Amino acid sequence: MHTEIILAGFGGQGVLLIGKLLAYAGMKAGREVTWMPAYGPEMRGGTCNCTVVLSDRPIGSPISKSPHALLALNLPSLDKFEEAVRPEGIVVVNTSLINRLPNRTDVTVVAVPANEVAIECGSPKAANMVALGAYLGASGVVQLDHVKAIVTESFSAKPKLVEVNHAALARGFALGQAAATAAVH
Amino acid sequence: MAKKLMKGCEAIGEAAVQAGCRLFFGYPITPQNEIPEYLSARLPQVGGTFVQAESEVAASNMLYGAAGAGCRCFTSSSGPGISLMQEGISYIAGAELPVVIVNIMRGGPGLGGILPSQSDYFQAVKGGGHGDYRCLVLAPSTVQEAADLVQDAFDLADKYRNPVMVLGDGIMGQMMEPVEFKRSVRPDDLPDKPWATTGAKGRKPNIINSLYLKAEELEAHNWKLAAKYDEMARTECRHELWHLDGDVDVLFVAYGTVARICKTAIDALRGQGVRAGLFRPITLFPYPGNALIQAAEKAKHVLVSEMSCGQMVEDVRYHVAGRRPVGFYGRVGGMIMTPEELVSEARKLVGTRG
Repeated sequence: MHTEIILAGFGGQGVLLIGKLLAYAGMKAGREVTWMPAYGPEMRGGTCNCTVVLSDRPIGSPISKSPHALLALNLPSLDKFEEAVRPEGIVVVNTSLINRLPNRTDVTVVAVPANEVAIECGSPKAANMVALGAYLGASGVVQLDHVKAIVTESFSAKPKLVEVNHAALARGFALGQAAATAAVH
Repeated sequence: MAKKLMKGCEAIGEAAVQAGCRLFFGYPITPQNEIPEYLSARLPQVGGTFVQAESEVAASNMLYGAAGAGCRCFTSSSGPGISLMQEGISYIAGAELPVVIVNIMRGGPGLGGILPSQSDYFQAVKGGGHGDYRCLVLAPSTVQEAADLVQDAFDLADKYRNPVMVLGDGIMGQMMEPVEFKRSVRPDDLPDKPWATTGAKGRKPNIINSLYLKAEELEAHNWKLAAKYDEMARTECRHELWHLDGDVDVLFVAYGTVARICKTAIDALRGQGVRAGLFRPITLFPYPGNALIQAAEKAKHVLVSEMSCGQMVEDVRYHVAGRRPVGFYGRVGGMIMTPEELVSEARKLVGTRG
C-alpha cells in the first residue's frame, strides 16, 4: 500500500487540517506517513495545498508529481492538479464552489456539494470534513472511525464542533461510497 | 513516549528540550519560524528561557555568553540569518564553546527565496566565519532523525567543546512525520563543565576568550583545534548505505531530504532492472570519505544530487579521486528534483533506455 494525496483549496478552507487528520489516522493505523505543506508566499484568499503520503514502507519523496488522489475544494485547485492525478485515481470535487467536473475520464470522480452538506450538518466551516469523508468513502485508505476518534481528541475542548465534524465526515463518507460504487458499475 | 505527528521544526525544538537545553536565542526567518514559535511556549514550561534577540548577531553572542556559563543552549535560523551569526560562531569556535546551531536552508544568495535548498553546504562545512575552524555538521533525512541528531548534537558539542550545526532544509522544517523522543535528559543530569565561568569561589578564575596576541600561543591554539577536528574525523563519521549489498550500476550520493527522493528513484530504477544504490553522508563534517570510497568501488557510476549548483559534489570528487566517473544533478532556487528526473539522469549515465 502506497498512496499519495494532494489536498488543495483556498487558504482558510482547512485543507492543511484535513491533511493532518489523514496523516494522523494513517499513523494510528501503523502506516508510515508524511504531511508536507506548500509554504510559498501566499496572500489572504490565495490557494493552499498539502501532500500526504501513506505507505507500508519508509517514504522517500514527501512530494508528489502524480498523486493517487486529489481533493479539490476550489476551482484553481482543480485546474492546477487535475492533469497530475494518476489514471484510476480519485478526484474529489467540491461542486459548491467548482462549476465544472473534471475533464478526465480515467479517474473516479467524487462530486460533492461540500459547503451545502456542511451547512446541513451545522456549520459551513465543515466543508473540508465533508470532502475528507467523501475521499475516505471512495478510497477506504484509512477507516472513518480512526479519523472520527482523532477529531474527538483534537477538538476535545469544543464538543459541539466534534458533533458537527463527525456528522460532516459521515455524510461525506456516504456520498464518497456511493460515487465509488457508481463508478465501478 | 508514544509517537507523535510533528513538523520537523517542532520536533527539533522538542528534541532540544529533551536534551536538557533550556536556553534559546534567535531571530525569526522562514522556513524555520516554527522552531522559535514552539520553544517560546515550551521553554517556560520547563523553567527555560526563550529570547527573541534584536538580531542574529546578538543571538550568536548571547549563545557565546550562555555556553561560556556552562549552559546547554542553541539557536536556529536560515541562510541569511546564519550568515549574520558567523561572527559569533567563529568566536564560539575560537573560545571552544559547546553550542548547537540549526540551519533550515532556503535558496540564496542574498535574501534569495524561502523555499527549500541545500545551498549553504560550503558555508556549513568549510568554515563560514573567519579563522581556521570547523563546525561538526549533521544532516538529518527524516523528522525522526532530525530529533535524534539534535539530541546527539548537544552531546557532541559538549564532548568536543565545539559548535555543532544541524543542517536541514525547508522540506525538513515544514514536513510532518511521526517522531518519538527516545531519550530524556534534565539539565541536572548533565556532567559538570569545570571550565565554565560559573563564579570563581574557591578556585582560580576560568577564562573564556578567543584572543591570542602572541603568535606562538595562537599557533599552539590553532594546532590544538586542528587535533580536535582530526579526532572528530577518526571517531564521528556517520553514513547510511542503501541497496548496496552487491555491485551497482549507479551509486547515488545525496544528503538530507534529497537522499529520500533518491530512494524513491532507486526503487523505480530497480523495478526497471537498473542496479542502483545510495550513499548518504549523515555527518558532512567530518565527511565519511573512507566509507564513500568503499561504496564507490562497488559502482560503475557515481551520481551526486543536491539542491545546489554543485557543492558537496566537490567533496565526493575529492574522495573518489578519479576512481569512478562522478556525475551531478542539481535543482536550485527552491525547485526540488523529482524521482523521475533522477531516474532519467541515472539512465543517461548507465546508457539504458526506459
